[in-house]
Amino acid sequence: MEAGRRSVSGWTVANVVVVLYAMVPVLWIASLSFKDPSTFTDGSFIPRKWTLGNYAGIFTNADFVRGLVNSIGIGLISTFVAIVFGTMAAYAVARLTFPGKRLLIGVSLLIAMFPQISLVSPLFQIERALGLFNTWAGLILPYITFALPLTIYTLSAFFREIPWELEKAAKMDGATPFQAFWQVIVPLAAPGMVTTAILAFIFCWNDFLFAISLTSSDAARTAPATISFFTGSTQFEDPTGSISAAAVVITIPIVIFVLFFQRRIVAGLTSGAVKG
Amino acid sequence: MNGAASGRASASRGASRAKGRALTEGQRAERRLGLWLCAPAAIIMVVVTGWPIVYSVLLSLQRYDLRFPEDKAWIGLSNYATVLSSEVWWNAFWVTLLITVVSVAIELVLGMLLAFAMYRAIVGRGLIRTVVLIPYGIVTVAAAYGWKYAWTPGTGWLAGLLPGGSAPLTERGPAIAIIILAEVWKTTPFMALLLMAGLAVVPEELLRAASVDGASLWQRFTRVTLPLMKPAILVALLFRTLDAFRIFDNIYVLTNGSQGTGSVSISAYHNLIGGLNLGIGSTMSVLILVTVAIIAVVFILGFGTAAPGSER
Amino acid sequence: MAEIVLDHITKRYADGTVAVDDFDVRIADHEFVILVGPSGCGKSTTLNMIAGLEDITEGELRVDGRRMNEKAPRDRDMAMVFQSYALYPHMTVRENIAFPLKLAKMGREETQERVERAAGLLDLAPYLDRKPAALSGGQRQRVAMGRAIVRDPKAFLMDEPLSNLDAKLRVQMRTSISRLQKSLGTTTVYVTHDQTEAMTLGDRIVIMRAGLIQQIGPPQELYDHPRNLFVAGFIGSPSMNVVPARLEEGLLRTPIGDIPLRGRLGRAAEGPDVPRDVIAGIRPESFEDASLVHDAEEGGTFTGTVDLLESMGPEKLAYFTLDTGAVRSEHLSEAGGEEAGEECRLVAQLDPKSGARRGQPVRLWYDTQAVHLFHPKTGENLTER
Repeated sequence: MEAGRRSVSGWTVANVVVVLYAMVPVLWIASLSFKDPSTFTDGSFIPRKWTLGNYAGIFTNADFVRGLVNSIGIGLISTFVAIVFGTMAAYAVARLTFPGKRLLIGVSLLIAMFPQISLVSPLFQIERALGLFNTWAGLILPYITFALPLTIYTLSAFFREIPWELEKAAKMDGATPFQAFWQVIVPLAAPGMVTTAILAFIFCWNDFLFAISLTSSDAARTAPATISFFTGSTQFEDPTGSISAAAVVITIPIVIFVLFFQRRIVAGLTSGAVKG
Repeated sequence: MNGAASGRASASRGASRAKGRALTEGQRAERRLGLWLCAPAAIIMVVVTGWPIVYSVLLSLQRYDLRFPEDKAWIGLSNYATVLSSEVWWNAFWVTLLITVVSVAIELVLGMLLAFAMYRAIVGRGLIRTVVLIPYGIVTVAAAYGWKYAWTPGTGWLAGLLPGGSAPLTERGPAIAIIILAEVWKTTPFMALLLMAGLAVVPEELLRAASVDGASLWQRFTRVTLPLMKPAILVALLFRTLDAFRIFDNIYVLTNGSQGTGSVSISAYHNLIGGLNLGIGSTMSVLILVTVAIIAVVFILGFGTAAPGSER
Repeated sequence: MAEIVLDHITKRYADGTVAVDDFDVRIADHEFVILVGPSGCGKSTTLNMIAGLEDITEGELRVDGRRMNEKAPRDRDMAMVFQSYALYPHMTVRENIAFPLKLAKMGREETQERVERAAGLLDLAPYLDRKPAALSGGQRQRVAMGRAIVRDPKAFLMDEPLSNLDAKLRVQMRTSISRLQKSLGTTTVYVTHDQTEAMTLGDRIVIMRAGLIQQIGPPQELYDHPRNLFVAGFIGSPSMNVVPARLEEGLLRTPIGDIPLRGRLGRAAEGPDVPRDVIAGIRPESFEDASLVHDAEEGGTFTGTVDLLESMGPEKLAYFTLDTGAVRSEHLSEAGGEEAGEECRLVAQLDPKSGARRGQPVRLWYDTQAVHLFHPKTGENLTER
């Protein structure tokens, strides 16, 4: 009994530590975002003078709003394409026998480990030559490319968990391979696809390097990159408030996603890696 | 899982055997479908990375500065000589290596503790699992600004804890420490999740048997859990090492590479986008790629890490 | 409805392993054929080759005279019932049963009608709108059957369809499958590792071992006239007793007494290449408590101490240990009999009126004409040559 109580209180302490660890840096920037510019330097964790001015400021800032639109649009399109193509490839990898399967696995493994910076210089040149520089497509292409290995691994792990006999049964019931895939496998893989889509979207949303390298104006610059350009030049002399508010704004949707789909995301993040 | 695995095994056996002779209609359909399904993904991946890599190597062999385009010329390996004899590059290289090694080491320990907490917690397991995902979900740049303001004198609560007047982000050592802190904070949850999946592989019965055999908690961990988790640990280390080596976002926001805190990615970026020196920038890109490849090879061949996605 | 011919079919993998070797069987229209054997004998591979889920290395598969080797499963018009039932978890029972019809683009009304009919046959009507997860094991099994019968295929292929059920349900379902097949008259190939299922269900049994057919025939024929030691050991429960025996002048010397070589035993002993040392086999029911046998003329007797007595109700099983080493043969161990111990054991099936008691000696009578003689090396049944 005594030991049980001690371990319960031990776990409570551990929980508090973990929660503080995860939350404090976030809460700090949230706190800054609600502070009146005159109190930025008071060092207090809880704002002494609350204001929504910083938020009002960034939402009247055309660059930031445009950046949000770019982020959402580019993220959604990239995710959609990566999921469609990734699902197809993952199914093939998990279930079918065809020449070149190992090569595909190898290539996507290479890309998963690839340092993005190594693509920046050639893509910068190539996209400028093709007129893709500073366009949505110019970011969507590398995003799809880097999201594909993730989707292929995660989804093929999900596909492998679907009983193999269901597909045989579908074939015996008269289905073509495509019908077996579309009418039996896809409905069962849907939860996995949702998870993978979230992971892919987080990847696109989070990207910074491509976003600042392959754009030159607000035509395609995504929100994280826009924030980094706030420095000094916007309507506030001190960009601290704007940056904090913007950081909170771009963080919230992802955090909501993550909390809402917590269980699935854990499964998705670990499935591809551990089962291999 | 087992049944599926053997099904696959026999299916792939079937395929290799089939090479020499006529295929059945079903098999032909399967091959066709396989190729068609993979084609879009494969084409995109190869087009977006394949040609640029080749192009990158070509650029690295040229003198090519967009500010002086008329000076463009093939100069063989002399960009490599320039970069490899440059103090800036080696500084960035060692800084990157330091950040990688230290942050991955800390993440491994913290991640293991966190994994245990998530896996074994008696109370609040759900809470821990949820909260731990928050750093993962936050945009790196946003979090980096949080850290930046926290350590900036005046706006910072953490800076305020330091002796008066110190500005850690403007000093090399403290700045690197803060970069590592930001990196560790952001990526430990991912490490913990991978390790937790590894923990789940350890059969509960085995631990019970060990404890009946008189093993202490620590002995159970080092003698039973760790050896069984080894594959998961290696994969997690491989992922995180390669990821840490390309660190960019945190440094860009926190110091932008000043005071000798830039990573190799930051150096390459400054040469490419800031300096518009495509030749030198591409050379650095190629060198980073080579380093990453060496790290991967060391892990896979040296430590026997199962390459993710390989079918054992 | 179809005749299925497996014409010298072989399945060989790239690494050279032969899973099925020269399988040659003609399955008549309406026939119920069982493929039985221990795990790894190639029975499921054979079924999958018929289904088109695995391809045929050599030989020809013909259905109603048409070559099927290259046909995709969907073009073979066969229905399959899987061990795991393979019900589509995202579809209701109705949708599961209707799935083959939907793929065949059958009209709504006819689909409806057929699904209702199949559901009626299988007592599934109340569950049509449930998902498989909400069904019991037996109900799931019936849904799998429903999906098979609904489109009236040329043949049913069943891969251990009852293995996931508990013992009692298995017996029930066995009867209903048998009844269903008889009433529909659809050619059926049924794979099982359970010899009881094989004996009770099939018109004919094909018994396999290591990819090779051991014997084909109606259940009773396999039981009465096993062609070799493997078949003898595999078919029948409890298994046939085997004891070492020696052929001498006019006599078969066995641990349970000397048997005169007359009739079929005599003919067997006179055959070519018959070694002196043989294996004698005798089924448990060929024994009886000697005190209950009125005319013990045509048989031998032996007295042993009962090790263990099991009362089954309609019969008693008495176990004995013989004063000799156990027969060791790969033919027997592969037949999945109990692991042979050091000692030679014997089981006799006695009338419940028998007074045999555990630890007490009892005198047994046995039918000498029911004794089989097997070649110790090849396992061939010398009495069935």
